[in-house]
Amino acid sequence: MALNIMQLATLFADKNPGITQGHRLCPGCAAPNVVKFALMIAKAKGFEPVVGLATGCLEVSTTIYPYSAWNVPYIHNAFENVAATISGVETAYRALARRGRLVDPDKKYAFFAFGGDGGTYDIGLQSLSGAIERGHKFIYIVYDNEGYMNTGNQRSGSTPPGSQTTTAPVGKKLSGKVQIKKNIVEIMAGHENVYVATVSTSEPMDFFKKIEKALEFDGPSFIAAFSPCVRFWRVGDDKAVDISKLAIETGYWPLYEVERGVYRITKRLKELKPVRQFIEAQGRFKPLLKKADADDIVNEIQEYVTSRWERLLALEEATKDKPIR
Amino acid sequence: MPEVKNRQAVTGAQAVANAMRQINPDVVAAYPITPQTPIVEYFAQYVADGLADTEMIPVESEHSAMSAVVGAAASGARAMTATAANGLALMHEIVYIAASLRLPIVMPVANRALSGPINIHCDHSDAMAERDSGWIQLWAENAQEAYDFTLMAIKIGEHEDVRLPVMVNLDGFIISHGVEVVDFIDDEAAKKFVGKPIVKYPLLDLNNPVTYGPLDLYDYYFEHKRQQIEAMKHVKHVFKQVAKEFEKISGRKYDIIEKYKTDDAEYIMIALGSTAGTIKYTVDLLREEGHKVGLVKPWVFRPFPKEELQEILNGRKAVIVLDRAASFGAEAPLYEAVKSALYEAAVRPQIGSYVYGLGGRDIKVEDIRKAFEDAFEGNLIADEERYLGLRE
Repeated sequence: MALNIMQLATLFADKNPGITQGHRLCPGCAAPNVVKFALMIAKAKGFEPVVGLATGCLEVSTTIYPYSAWNVPYIHNAFENVAATISGVETAYRALARRGRLVDPDKKYAFFAFGGDGGTYDIGLQSLSGAIERGHKFIYIVYDNEGYMNTGNQRSGSTPPGSQTTTAPVGKKLSGKVQIKKNIVEIMAGHENVYVATVSTSEPMDFFKKIEKALEFDGPSFIAAFSPCVRFWRVGDDKAVDISKLAIETGYWPLYEVERGVYRITKRLKELKPVRQFIEAQGRFKPLLKKADADDIVNEIQEYVTSRWERLLALEEATKDKPIR
Repeated sequence: MPEVKNRQAVTGAQAVANAMRQINPDVVAAYPITPQTPIVEYFAQYVADGLADTEMIPVESEHSAMSAVVGAAASGARAMTATAANGLALMHEIVYIAASLRLPIVMPVANRALSGPINIHCDHSDAMAERDSGWIQLWAENAQEAYDFTLMAIKIGEHEDVRLPVMVNLDGFIISHGVEVVDFIDDEAAKKFVGKPIVKYPLLDLNNPVTYGPLDLYDYYFEHKRQQIEAMKHVKHVFKQVAKEFEKISGRKYDIIEKYKTDDAEYIMIALGSTAGTIKYTVDLLREEGHKVGLVKPWVFRPFPKEELQEILNGRKAVIVLDRAASFGAEAPLYEAVKSALYEAAVRPQIGSYVYGLGGRDIKVEDIRKAFEDAFEGNLIADEERYLGLRE
C-alpha cells in the first residue's frame, strides 16, 4: 500500500528520519534529501534502517568526530567497499538472528548502503557487483553528482562530456572529458534477481514508491538518485530541484525501473526538451559553451539521450511480463 | 597431562580449519589465494556438511573479505577470514581499519612471498608489510601451534583490555600443506575455552545506535591512535593469561617467546615460524658436539617481545637473527627489532643478520650450522646482512 504525502507529513512531524540536523553538507546539496527520503519511507513502513556509507561528501560532512548526524546504526569503512561492508552487516544480522543473539529480534531491519558516483560507478563497482551477485538483502543508493566532489570536482565515470572538472578540464586544446557518462543502471540491471531504479528528489512520490518497492523486493536493490552538487555545478543554492526537473524533462535522467529484467518507465514524457536547456542552466558547462566545438559535444549528448530514451521505450515493450527469473 | 582425545595426521590448513569449526564463528568470509585456499575450502566443507553453522560470505576479493568481516564484527558477530600474500596486500587498507575500529577479528595467514615477480611459496614479506597495522601477530612453528593459536587468538582479541584483531601466521605450504600429527582438543572443551563472543557496542543494537568509522580529524585522531598503542601494551599479560587457561585443557604451554636450550647457551639464534623446527634439530646436533647453542622463537611478534628478549639475550656471546623477509634499503625486520632491543642491554652480545628462504627457498641444517659457525668464530658483523642458501 503506497504511502501518501499526508501520511508521511503526519508521521514525521514528530519522528526523525535517521539523519538529523547538524551535518555540514553544503547549503542546497541534494544528497541529504536522498538519504532522508529513503530512511523516512523505511521507518514509515516499520523498518529499522541500518546504514553503511562509502567515503565521500555525505560521509565526511555527517560524522565529524565527536559529532554524528546519524541516530540510526551507522558504519563507514572505506571508499570502495560499502557494499561489501553492508553485506557483512547483513550476514551478521542473519547469523545473530538465527543464533538468538540479536538485541532486538522482533524488529524489522532494513540495510542501506549509500555512496557517491565515485564510490559506485568507479572504485566501488567490484564490491557492489559482488554483493548484488551474492544476493544480500540490501538497498544500495548512489547519490549521483557526476564527479568526485568531495575532493574538489574531479572527473568520475559518471561525469558527462564537456562538464568542467579539475582532472579533465576544458582548456584551449581539450574540451574536458571525452567519454559519455557510464550507464550504471544498465550495469546493475544486468545482474540476476535485482531491483534497479532511477530517482530524483524533484519527483518525491516516484522516489517513495521505488523505495517501498525496494524494501519489499526479495533480494538486493540498486537505486540511482540524481543529486546535483550546487557547488561544482555552479548553480544557485536553491536550484537542485529545478536542475533535476530539467534533467528529467530533457530525458537526461529518465525515471524508470528494472525489476528482474522487466523495464518500466515511471515518468513518461510526450516529448523531450532539448538537452541544451539542461546544459545551459549550469555554470559547469560554461567553459565548454565558449568553445568552437561546443555544439559537437552538446549534439553528442543529445544524440545519446534521444537514442537511450527510444531504447528504453523499446525495452519496456520488449520485456513486458518477461522477468529473467 | 590431559588425555589426548583426538590425534590425527593433517595438514596445517586442515588443523586451522578444524579450529575454526570448533569456534563455529558467526560469519566467515572466504576467498581463495594460494597457499591459504585449503583453509577456507576445508571450512566451507564443514559448513556444507553441517559440522559448523557459520554464515559464509563467498566474496569476490580479499578486499571485500576484510570489508565484510569488518561489517560483521562491528555488528556484534564473531567474524573470521583467512588470507596470504597478495590477498593480504589487497586487504591492507582495511586491515588498518579493522584495528582502528578495535574489532577482534581473527585471521590465519598462510605466509607467502609478496611478489613480484610472482611467487607462491613461503616467506614472511606479507605479514611484515602489516606489522604496523595494529594487529596482534602470533607465529606458529607447525600445524599444532597454528591450531592452538587459532583458538587462543579468539580469546586474546576479544579480551576487554585488548579488543584488537589477531593474525595467526603459519608458513605457506610448509605448514599449510605439510602433513603432521596434531592433537586436537575435543569439541566441547574447545567450545568452552573460546566461550561466547564478548561483544562491545554492536552496530545492530537499535536502542543504542552507534556511528562506526567517523571522520576523525587532528583534534581527536591522535588520542585514538594512543588508545590503540595502549591496547597493544595489554596484549602480553592477556596472552599469558589465555595461555595458562589453554594449558589446562591441552597440556601445551605457551609464552610470549619460546626458549629452546637457552639456559646455558652462549650462542642464541632467533627465528620466526617453521624454520625454528630445523633450528631445534641443528641445536641438538651442535649440542652433541659440545657447543652451547640455543634458540629463541617469538610466538608473539606484535607486540614485539622487547623486554623478554632483553632479559634472555643480555650477556650472551652472540645472537644470530634469521629473517625470511628483506627490508630493501634497511635491515631485515626481525633483525632490526632485535638489534634495537639490544641497544639497552647491559652486556651486548655480538649480533649478526641472516636473510634466508625468500620465495620458498629451502633452508637446510648446513645453512643454519654455517650461521652458528660464523658466531663461534667471532665472525659476526652487526652492520652486515648475510644470506643463507643463496647462489652468489
